[in-house]
Amino acid sequence: MENSIKKYFPLFVIPTLTAFIISFFIPLIMGIYLSFSEFTTVSDAEFTGFLNYIKAFSNKEFLDSLWFTVKFTVVSVVTINLFAFFLALLLTKNIRGRNVFRTVFFMPNLIGGIVLGYIWQLIINGVLLNFGVTITYKASYGFWGLVILSNWQMIGYMMVIYIAGIQNIPTELIEAAKIDGAKGFQVLKNVTLPLVMPSVTICLFLTLSNSFKMFDQNLALTAGAPAKQTQMLALDIYNTFYGTVGYEGVGQAKAVIFSVILASIGITQLYFTRRREIEH
Amino acid sequence: MKSKNLPITIFLMGLAILFVAPVIIVLINSFKGQFYILDAPFKLPDSSTFFGINNYISGIEKTNFLSAFGYSLFITVFSVLAIIFFPAMTSWYIARVKNAFTKILYYGFILSMVIPFQMVMFTMAKTANVLSLDNPLGIIFIYLGFGSGLSIFMYTGFVKSIPKEIEEAAMIDGCNPVKMFFSIIFPILKPIAITIAILNAMWIWNDYLLPLLLIGNDYKTIPIAVQYLRGGYGSVDMGAMMALLVLSIIPIIVFYLISQKYIIEGVVSGAVKG
Repeated sequence: MENSIKKYFPLFVIPTLTAFIISFFIPLIMGIYLSFSEFTTVSDAEFTGFLNYIKAFSNKEFLDSLWFTVKFTVVSVVTINLFAFFLALLLTKNIRGRNVFRTVFFMPNLIGGIVLGYIWQLIINGVLLNFGVTITYKASYGFWGLVILSNWQMIGYMMVIYIAGIQNIPTELIEAAKIDGAKGFQVLKNVTLPLVMPSVTICLFLTLSNSFKMFDQNLALTAGAPAKQTQMLALDIYNTFYGTVGYEGVGQAKAVIFSVILASIGITQLYFTRRREIEH
Repeated sequence: MKSKNLPITIFLMGLAILFVAPVIIVLINSFKGQFYILDAPFKLPDSSTFFGINNYISGIEKTNFLSAFGYSLFITVFSVLAIIFFPAMTSWYIARVKNAFTKILYYGFILSMVIPFQMVMFTMAKTANVLSLDNPLGIIFIYLGFGSGLSIFMYTGFVKSIPKEIEEAAMIDGCNPVKMFFSIIFPILKPIAITIAILNAMWIWNDYLLPLLLIGNDYKTIPIAVQYLRGGYGSVDMGAMMALLVLSIIPIIVFYLISQKYIIEGVVSGAVKG
C-alpha cells in the first residue's frame, strides 16, 4: 500500500511543501545567514561574522526590552494561571448559569491584539485621568496595563483548559477522599491538583510563549512609550528592522536570539508532554 | 447546596460584568463626540455629547472599513480552507509512507511551530515580493506555509490512530489512494479539521504584522485599518477609533455566539494536542 501512495507524492505533498519552503524554510535559512551580514536589502549583504550579535548584546534597548519582557512574562504567567485555575474550580461546582459564565470569560480571547490594546488604552487612560496623567506617563503604568490586558485576554482561555482537566478527574476519587475525611482544601491539594498537572503544564507553556511573543497588544497599548521603556522584545526587533536604516543585520541577529529562547521553551514543552504521554 | 453556592454565583456575576465592561464602555463612547471621549470616558452621552452614528460614518470613510472587512474575510476564509485541506493530504502521506524523507519533513514542520514570526518576517516579505506573492491571493499561499506546521502536527497524530486495515480493505476492493483519501480518510479527519479551522481562523482574522508587511500598503485588513487610523494622522480621531473598535468586535462576537460550543471545544483540544 505504501508504494501506491508514494506514486501520488506530487498531489499529496508538493502543494504544502512548496508553500512551506517559500514562506518559511527559505526565509529561515536566509535569515540565519543575514544575521551574520550587513545589509539594507537582501542582495547587498556583506559577511561580517559575529558583529551583529556583539552589537545586539551591547545595545541597551535590546537588553532593556529583554528584561522588561522577562518581568512581564513572569508576572503574567503567575497571575493568569492563578485566576484561571481559581475560576475553573468555581465553574466546576454545581452553579446555575455555568455555561453563560464560561462563554463570557472566554470571549476576550477572540478579540485581536491591536483592538485589545486600544480598548484598554481607553479604560486605563480613563482611570488615570483622575490623577491627571496617561498610560505613557510612567513605565510602570504601561507594565501593569499590559499585565491587566493579558489577564483579561488569556484567563478565559486557560480557564477552559483547566475546566476540561478537572472534569476528567473521576468523581469516585473525590468521593473516596471525602469519605476518608479529607476536607475541601486537602482534596484540592492532594487529589485535584496532582490530577490536573497535565493541564497545568499546558497552560504554563501556553501563557509563557504567548506572553514572551506579545507584539500587537504592546504596539497598540503603549507602542513602547515612554522612551521605549515599555518596549517588549518583539517590538524592539521590529523597530530595529524598520525604524533604523543600516541596523537590519542587528535586527536579524536579535531575531535569532529571540528564536533560540522561544524554541527552547517550545522544545521543553514537547519534551514534557511526550514524557507525560509515556507515563500514562 | 444551593444556598452555599449563592455567594459564588454573585461573585461570578460581578466578575462577568467586569469582563464585559470594557467592550460596553467602548460601545458607549462610540456614540459620543470625539472631544468628549478622552475627557470623560466613563460618562454616558448626553444631549451635548451625543454624536449619533457620525463616528461610524467617519470611521468607515477614513479607513475604507468595508473593503478592509472584505479583505479580512476573503483572506481568512480561503487561507483556512487551504490549511485544513492540503496539510491533511500531506499528513496522511507522512503517516503512511515511512522513510527518512518523511521523517525529516515531519520534524521540519514541527520546527516551524516553535520559531517566532520575527525570525522570518524580513526575509519572508522580501521573498514574497520577489515572487509576486504580495497580494490577497499570494498571502493565502503564505498562510498555507505558515499554518501547515500546527495542522500537520495535529493531523498526523490523529491519522496514526486510524487503523490501517480500513485502508487495506479498500485497496483490495480496487480503491486508489486519491479516492480513498477523499471518501474515507478526510471524513474521518473531520473533528480535527474543525479544531484546526477554528485555531487558524482566530489567528488569521486577527493577524496584524504578516499582512502589514506583505500587502499593508495596498490592501488593508481590519487590524491594519485600526492601527492606520492611529498612525495616519497627527491627532487621533477618538470617535472614529471607538466606532472602528466596535465594528471589529461585532463580527467576532456574532460568530462566537453562533459557534461557541465548537470554538471552546476546538481550543481545548488544540491546546491539549498542540
